[in-house]
Amino acid sequence: MSGILVITQQKNRMSAETLAAGQQLGAALNLPVSAAVIGTSDAGEFADKKLDHIYTVDDPLLKAYTPDGYTAALEQLIRLKKPQFVLLPHTYQVRDFAPKLATRFQQVLVSDVVDFRAAPGSVVMVRQLFQGKLNADVKFGGEAPYFASLQAGAFRAENAVRADTPVSVESVPVQLDASKIRSRPEEPFREAQRAVDLTAASIIVSVGRGIREKENIPMVEELAKVMGAELAASRPICDNGWLPMERQVGSSGQTVAPKVYIAVGISGAIQHLVGMKGAKTIVAINKDANAPIFEVADYGIVGDLFEVVPALIEEVKKAKG
Amino acid sequence: MKIIVAIKQVPARDSQLRVDSAGKWIQTSGLSFEINEPDAYALEAALQLKEKNGGEVLALCAGPAGASQTIREALAKGADRALHIEDDTLNDLDTLAVSRLLAKAAAAENPDLILTGLQSDDLGYGQTGVVIAELLGMPHATLIMEVEKKDAAVRVKRELEDGWFQHVELPLPAVLTIQSGISKLRYATLMGIKRAKTKEVKRLTAADLGVELQPTITIDRVYAPVRTKQTQILEGSAKEAAAKLVEKLKFEVRVL
Repeated sequence: MSGILVITQQKNRMSAETLAAGQQLGAALNLPVSAAVIGTSDAGEFADKKLDHIYTVDDPLLKAYTPDGYTAALEQLIRLKKPQFVLLPHTYQVRDFAPKLATRFQQVLVSDVVDFRAAPGSVVMVRQLFQGKLNADVKFGGEAPYFASLQAGAFRAENAVRADTPVSVESVPVQLDASKIRSRPEEPFREAQRAVDLTAASIIVSVGRGIREKENIPMVEELAKVMGAELAASRPICDNGWLPMERQVGSSGQTVAPKVYIAVGISGAIQHLVGMKGAKTIVAINKDANAPIFEVADYGIVGDLFEVVPALIEEVKKAKG
Repeated sequence: MKIIVAIKQVPARDSQLRVDSAGKWIQTSGLSFEINEPDAYALEAALQLKEKNGGEVLALCAGPAGASQTIREALAKGADRALHIEDDTLNDLDTLAVSRLLAKAAAAENPDLILTGLQSDDLGYGQTGVVIAELLGMPHATLIMEVEKKDAAVRVKRELEDGWFQHVELPLPAVLTIQSGISKLRYATLMGIKRAKTKEVKRLTAADLGVELQPTITIDRVYAPVRTKQTQILEGSAKEAAAKLVEKLKFEVRVL
């Protein structure tokens, strides 16, 4: 067993982040790094990265994603190439099949990893517990391969090292049995066209669970208005129907990077943070000084939002004359 | 239709957490616990399926003796009976070891459907449902928004990223992990709470199930996250803090 295998997902920006992480792990452990591309014979966007090999795994049964098809194909690839580490981007698709894949090897996927510390003989994966309130160092055990999926934004895609010589692309044939693929996926669809493009806003005022009731939303709406900001929300607010889904920021909503992001009553669960931590300046208003949102905030006000927001509206009005 | 819902008990959402003296988990004494919120949505989905299609809902929980509080709540909301795999050492285990317990207990009941929440609020691995499916040789689908019962199958609506969705049909028996927030959670009625007291809770141990409690991956250390950014906390009354923030936004960030 040797080497690092990065399983990529087509047309997903997190694949490049995972490649960069794989290269870092490879450098630390002095192991070669390869990438796998599934469902196409085109190495595409990964062909210019410094890699030992690119393995393409293509088959008509991999055209549409199914957990049975992907798991069977990747199990064969891994048994053939015998990597010591298998890294994946922590996408919704990976969450759907990677635990199944790891179980095939009597292993446990260390999921949603934010960092690692690695030296030959010692690898520690860092992940969050309790919705980001605490961190944990996790160690692999049992026999390789060791599986880990990496959180969006935890590693920087631009750190991926480019190849100076063309990478060898190898097509790996797999044996898939149509009768073993049990789920019947239909075409993906979008529910409604997005009317609100939060990604274009330079200031975003975003509201979370701390607002308690729908009747309190207009207060935050007014803050957004006086600041000339777009109004956004964390998932629970949109699930409750207090604001439309199109205003949701986070892993299941939009990913934004405004000049200023003001988080009002948002605790800062991982799923929300991945959608906004790229903001240039982050302001958090929350009554809980230990809320994870303060981990990423530049400015924080620890206090009751029902007092702070009205005061802020007044001060902004004054400042704007 | 016989539906098993796997539920987990976790520290209440607003808990102030402290790392324990061994630095491997949190201090659990003095904490209050509640049902893992994503699992509450799985329970809700199961109860709605039963109301529509008939059948039975079983709550399945692996946890210490104190988890019986969460199990009672599930029964009060409408689960028909419960299986409690009682063990105090589950925090030392990993997803695979706990899933082996859950899968073994579930298999003995021959369910048509097994539901779980999408992840736990404590460990947050988000894998238990998928691993149970693999151990039992069942098909699965994750992040499910809607479930429509067919003859020997279910047609489900899956959430993908960036506002995309997909319908998938799966033959039964199958495992589904339910997306949070898809419907309003019900409260237990007074009648429900009364009736819960007479409902069956079957207690099982790892030894009963013949499962060895051996983790593959282990938590080496638990600690408070290191701040990546230096947060400047703006002190004072609401009015003072608001004034300071506006000054920062105007003169340092320059957006006002």
